[in-house]
Amino acid sequence: MAQQPRNTTSGKATNGKSDGDKPAAEESGRRRNSGGRERATSGSAANRGKAPDQPRAAIIGSNRIPFGKAGGAYAEATNQDMLTAALSGLIARHQLQGERLGDVVGGAVLKHSRDFNLTREAVLGTALSPQTPAVDIQRACATSVEAVNVVANKIRLGQITSGIAAGVDSTSDAPIVVSDRLRKTLLRLSRAKTVPQRLKLVGQLRPSDLAPVAPNVNEPRTGLSMGEHQAITTRQWDITREAQDEVALASHQNLAKAYSDGFFDDLLTPYRGLVRDESLREDTSAEKLATLKPVFGTKGEHGASASMTAGNSTPLSDGAASVLLGTPQWAQERGLPVLAHVVDTEAASVDFARGTDGLLMGGAYAVPRLLHRNGLTLDDFTFVEIHEAFASVVLTTAAAWADEEFCAERVGVPSPGELDYDRLNVTGSSLAAGHPFAATGARIVGTLAALLAQHKEQHGGDEPVRGLISVCAAGGQAVAMILEAA
Amino acid sequence: MSDKYLELVNSGFTKKLAQQLGLPRPARLRRTNPSSVDHPLVPGPVVVLGEGADADAVAATALDWDLDVRRTIREGRIGALVLVLTQIDTPDQAAPVVTEAASLLRSLGPSGRVVVVTRAATDAASPAQAAARAGIEGLWRSLAKELRYGATGNAVVLREQAEVTSPAAVGALRFLLSARSAFVSGQPIEVGDATGSLPEDWTAPLTGKVAMVTGAARGIGAQIARVLHREGATVVGVDVPAAGESLARVMNQVHGLAIQADITSPEAPQRLIDRIRQRFGRLDVVVHNAGITRDKLLANMKPEQWQAVIDVNLNAQIALNEALLATPELSPEGLRIITLSSTSGIAGNRGQTNYAFSKAGVIGLVRALAPQVAQQGGTANAVAPGFIETEMTGKIPAARRQVARRLNSLQQGGLPVDVAEAISFLASPQSAGINGQTLRVCGQHMVGA
Repeated sequence: MAQQPRNTTSGKATNGKSDGDKPAAEESGRRRNSGGRERATSGSAANRGKAPDQPRAAIIGSNRIPFGKAGGAYAEATNQDMLTAALSGLIARHQLQGERLGDVVGGAVLKHSRDFNLTREAVLGTALSPQTPAVDIQRACATSVEAVNVVANKIRLGQITSGIAAGVDSTSDAPIVVSDRLRKTLLRLSRAKTVPQRLKLVGQLRPSDLAPVAPNVNEPRTGLSMGEHQAITTRQWDITREAQDEVALASHQNLAKAYSDGFFDDLLTPYRGLVRDESLREDTSAEKLATLKPVFGTKGEHGASASMTAGNSTPLSDGAASVLLGTPQWAQERGLPVLAHVVDTEAASVDFARGTDGLLMGGAYAVPRLLHRNGLTLDDFTFVEIHEAFASVVLTTAAAWADEEFCAERVGVPSPGELDYDRLNVTGSSLAAGHPFAATGARIVGTLAALLAQHKEQHGGDEPVRGLISVCAAGGQAVAMILEAA
Repeated sequence: MSDKYLELVNSGFTKKLAQQLGLPRPARLRRTNPSSVDHPLVPGPVVVLGEGADADAVAATALDWDLDVRRTIREGRIGALVLVLTQIDTPDQAAPVVTEAASLLRSLGPSGRVVVVTRAATDAASPAQAAARAGIEGLWRSLAKELRYGATGNAVVLREQAEVTSPAAVGALRFLLSARSAFVSGQPIEVGDATGSLPEDWTAPLTGKVAMVTGAARGIGAQIARVLHREGATVVGVDVPAAGESLARVMNQVHGLAIQADITSPEAPQRLIDRIRQRFGRLDVVVHNAGITRDKLLANMKPEQWQAVIDVNLNAQIALNEALLATPELSPEGLRIITLSSTSGIAGNRGQTNYAFSKAGVIGLVRALAPQVAQQGGTANAVAPGFIETEMTGKIPAARRQVARRLNSLQQGGLPVDVAEAISFLASPQSAGINGQTLRVCGQHMVGA
């Protein structure tokens, strides 16, 4: 597969760089921490930060439901419905009925206030022991990769021996709220004691106050949508339309092939009649993608060169995903496989609000730092999974990794090297599968763990087989994670 | 999927009307109550008829089950009649038992049972004995058609190596007396030898066993999973990935393991074996339930319609059996293979040449497998359902469905649980002496009987 994008970085990201002469305090701190660097390069990746008697965090298996399009197959399903379905498939696949797991860590990005205990409520709807505790967390689109990190860390600390990390999101069943004026008036009405007081309050309402407020995922600090943010980053890194469409095409082709190979038989359970991801277009082509009109970055002086289309941006999606983790011993006692181990995780955030970096460039920091700490470069990884929020996120992130100056000056660590695009998202990613925000991390961890186990089984050998994950998230955040085949 | 006609003729004004018009009146069959399995085993006295040691042994067996066993009865409802005719040398010797049975038939209660215990004519020592034994077969097959109010008539047929006290004979008697055999009528259960062992707990004979069921997501397969679970087995449910949602639901109900797999893929057998070995280290029972129909008159049938049915219904299980028999260490007590045949495979059915080929094929398959698996203590048997009320038969046009339902001695369709009960019986330790057989669960379907 010749998927090496052309002309991804014809020039330096000068625009971004001029603002980057003042690295954040934490990054300069990291750079000075040369001791940390020495320690990192000497240790083996798998054993990093692990005390001798500390259990490893094993990925045992995963399950997700096929991802639906907004308003599609899951239009009538709630977050709780979908999360319960994903967990139920995981339980059936691993015969966990009646088991009391150590913890279930899950979450959603778009959440109704009534779902304050979403994950626990979902657990109660499954065949797990009702004594299984659950906690809701959230880190935007990196929610469930963070959930994996939380469960893995609890396992390594010896607090639990088993757990599930999960995430769910529905854009079809998104919370719609009333206007602030209506909400405040209603609250005052509930406190009002007399009829005249109540009448006065009602009289203050205007017809416009009654219009519902749909949720929006625009960045609160900039008012820009993610797409508009990434359009700026795309321009800064001189990413071409062709390169983006190539990433999108590969995503669809790889996902379609994985389905026809039966790769998802053990990773996915159909739901509400959907057996494959609703956004997957097996018949798409470079020609078809090239006909789509840009939708982001179309305004202003650079509008004519806009390159981000509906084809190379992820669609709004509904879905849920889950990953089963445990100590190797817990797995062995139950005759369950160990596909991979969680090695290490790094979260990063960028100063997007002042324009220092692009909103979705967190991975450009998280990955170099994580790899440096573990003494690894991109060459050490058999598989790389970069969440395709937009095709250009993949390209700008990889360009930043390869940029020695960027890594040295901004991140404060050496460049992890050039990304080999043949190792990237080999069974497709969010462009084709869809991206229910909080579900994506668990989808990627589950997929990568299966890929690593499959590769190890087919190729054997004592050499570590590693996989790298980079998931960007709203708020300028990102989480990177290293997995290693068991 | 419910049988409206059966409801109508069993209640209110329509019941009276049906009586006056002389319409067929199918009875509500007594079936196992999952919350009190085998209790009561037989609702009423069990009358054991016949002279000799075998009849005494059968009566003693029934006494062990705390049944109200009588050797004769004057009045009142009877739960079951057991005719022990194993020690008969001439046709005339059957007469006293038959005559006494005749006088008691009107006392047989609803969902009553007639079980004839006999020996195989092929093993007879003299022509007269062969005639008597063959005659007994004609007797119970006809009697089953005369029984009313949901009563059934069946036979336990002993081969030379078997005695009335052999585990499989005891097990077959108990199965035929119980509510588990609600939709089995006019059928012989042939006991080959004395292998097998009686379960410690008759209501959970599969305790500690691991059973794989293909096509477990829906209909009969899902019910097989439920009954095997009820009987104590750990169930591994297999179905195509597209049926994964219902498969997961069923497996979560029965605390089983779900495996999504296309059993026709060449990798499937090894994948299933690897998963089961890793999770449980053993496999005691395999139920080949997965099946499809692609009905067409042969003149209109496309090659792919023919092949799809053969691949799923026949080739897949041949491949899986071969792989399982190549890993005997996985089944230390022998593998129980049970496959789904069909009355279409026995009698043929218009528009189902491909389906009938596959379902007749599995009858030949278990016959050939039987001696092979017996070496390791296993068995291979088929269960042939007749008209069963499922999603599949629910799609038959209403008029044809009504006719198809009534074409058996019980004048109604069976339920998936009836098939599942027969499978569970054949999978149980007491049934090790039943091998290479095809047990029909068809209410004594008129065709191919």
